[in-house]
Amino acid sequence: MSDPITPEVFAHLVHLAALELSAEEGEYVRRQLNNQLKAIRELEAIPLESDLTGSSHGVPYTAQNSPALRPDEWAPYPDVAELLAQVPQLEDRYIIVPDIPHTTLD
Amino acid sequence: MELCDLSAFEMVRLLRARKASAGELLESALRRIDTVDGRPGTLDAGEITAADRQHVHSFITLTAERARAQAAAVDRQLAAGEDPGLLAGVPVSIKDIFCVRGTPSTAASRILANFVAPYTAVAVERMEKAGAVVVGKANLDEFTYGSSNESSAFQPSPRNPWDLTRVPGGSSGGSATSVAAGEVALSLGTDTAGSIRQPAAFCGVVGLKPTYGRVPRYGLIAFGSSLDCPGPLARTVTDAALMLQVIAGPDPHDSTAAAVLVDDYLAALERGVKGLRIGLSPDYFQISFPDPLTGEYHAQLVPAEIEAPVRRAAQLLRELGAEIIEDVPMPNTRYGIPAYFVISRVEAASNLHRFDGVKYGHRTAQPVRDLTEMYRKTRGEGFGAQPKLRILMGMYVSAAQYSEQYYRRALQVRTLIRQDFDEAFDPNGKYRLNALLTPTTPTPAFELGAVYGDSVLMQYADQLTVPANHAGVPGISIPAGLDGQGLPLSIQLLGPDFSEASLLRIGRSYEQATAGDAWRTHKPAVLRA
Repeated sequence: MSDPITPEVFAHLVHLAALELSAEEGEYVRRQLNNQLKAIRELEAIPLESDLTGSSHGVPYTAQNSPALRPDEWAPYPDVAELLAQVPQLEDRYIIVPDIPHTTLD
Repeated sequence: MELCDLSAFEMVRLLRARKASAGELLESALRRIDTVDGRPGTLDAGEITAADRQHVHSFITLTAERARAQAAAVDRQLAAGEDPGLLAGVPVSIKDIFCVRGTPSTAASRILANFVAPYTAVAVERMEKAGAVVVGKANLDEFTYGSSNESSAFQPSPRNPWDLTRVPGGSSGGSATSVAAGEVALSLGTDTAGSIRQPAAFCGVVGLKPTYGRVPRYGLIAFGSSLDCPGPLARTVTDAALMLQVIAGPDPHDSTAAAVLVDDYLAALERGVKGLRIGLSPDYFQISFPDPLTGEYHAQLVPAEIEAPVRRAAQLLRELGAEIIEDVPMPNTRYGIPAYFVISRVEAASNLHRFDGVKYGHRTAQPVRDLTEMYRKTRGEGFGAQPKLRILMGMYVSAAQYSEQYYRRALQVRTLIRQDFDEAFDPNGKYRLNALLTPTTPTPAFELGAVYGDSVLMQYADQLTVPANHAGVPGISIPAGLDGQGLPLSIQLLGPDFSEASLLRIGRSYEQATAGDAWRTHKPAVLRA
């Protein structure tokens, strides 16, 4: 069977994921992805009742064990300068990024 | 025996009896680190040297001065007659996936190599408040993505203290090695598919994955948000109980931290196993894995040396008064890994989108045309192969045209896996188990380089641990002997939601029943030299 994740599909995924891979790394990753898909395909063979609901997590959250939401109250961060000190590029407390690409729509 | 080889429980006892100070406990731990650890993991570490091959390399960052200040504070509290807490003076390591204020918190990734956490994770905060002394941040697989610790961007990666040519397991590899080698008494790890239990099994220590939501995740750098569980690695069951007592409980910062009262784990420890129903399942004595070329599945029994300690544990527990229930069906165990390949990748991809070089962490130094190119180059440089694999698979299987086929189906399979446990543990059902007794891993620790690179085979190392993550139930791995090559063997106990007290109690009984075993006198190779 041919690989579902072709070089073209792979390139599209890499673009969507905002990644950049060397040719060697890309070849390794694509091969691994296709191998993983073979393992994942076992899911298709499992007989499932049509009304079987999925579980987003294992432990059921009920009214008894779900914590109450805390009040939605604004609180100032005690040391903003400490946070800003880790920003890769900062000018006058503004976070600087390269030009944001845009497309002019017709 | 040196102070650092004592259990955490014994350390606290000595401290409270004024027979040792927190400062002395810490210095003993630091001396051990100096002897066995070697150079810490770093980026661009160069060639692995002959000296590197003789050390365990548990840590990315040592925080000795910070630890000395903490130890001094504990000693001051004691001198003032104050209660310094349940973990007073105990040297601990923290898997470097947790934020600890003022320390590099790297996730073992280049993309966070320069990130210094501005706050402390709740579980760590609770440990420090209870008097624990944080000696350092332990190495791990990059972003926890692996089962051998070899994927860390910070090399040399940890080596198994029992055989330095073998992996310690992962992803909490540095946590396990630091505990096994006596560098610390306790470590805080995380378990998403077995990342506490599997390295604990490989390194001959106790590893406890609590119920999902038992220990808050606030301050944990997220991997699979519906699966991640912080928990203890320790040298004894009692120490695991002691640490869980401190870190468990609700947290207003984490809406998934369950509002369930925390049991008194220490009080439950000595109650024995009389009357408890403990199950064995044939589905945990076999492994299924796909042929790398055809994808066709093969099933085979786990090796006899893996099964034997489980059978022996069952016999010992039966003699202590437990009822052993054979042939408990857990038919969906084999689907744990395929479902995990989908669910964990989707969650990982989502969680890794935040690392973009804008607000913190690595940003490319290369010239870029625009923001998009900056993202690509930053993430291309910052992430290793394993995070890239997870991001790309997560995006593929959650794409609109595939999500029905893969993601929705994986969530349904998770329901089936949960149903297996519900039926086994149902107090009114056929089996009415208090716990399921299984092997932790299909093999003992494998050789460095033997599996790394094959992401499918590596994932199957978690086959016997991952069902508990899907189901959310607690599990504990307990040392159970050594194989013919002197490598640790283990047993695993899985229980109903929030049944940690029962698991610890069974584990403690097993520990006592095997206290006279010859293998318990053996030390890891790194401590024999």
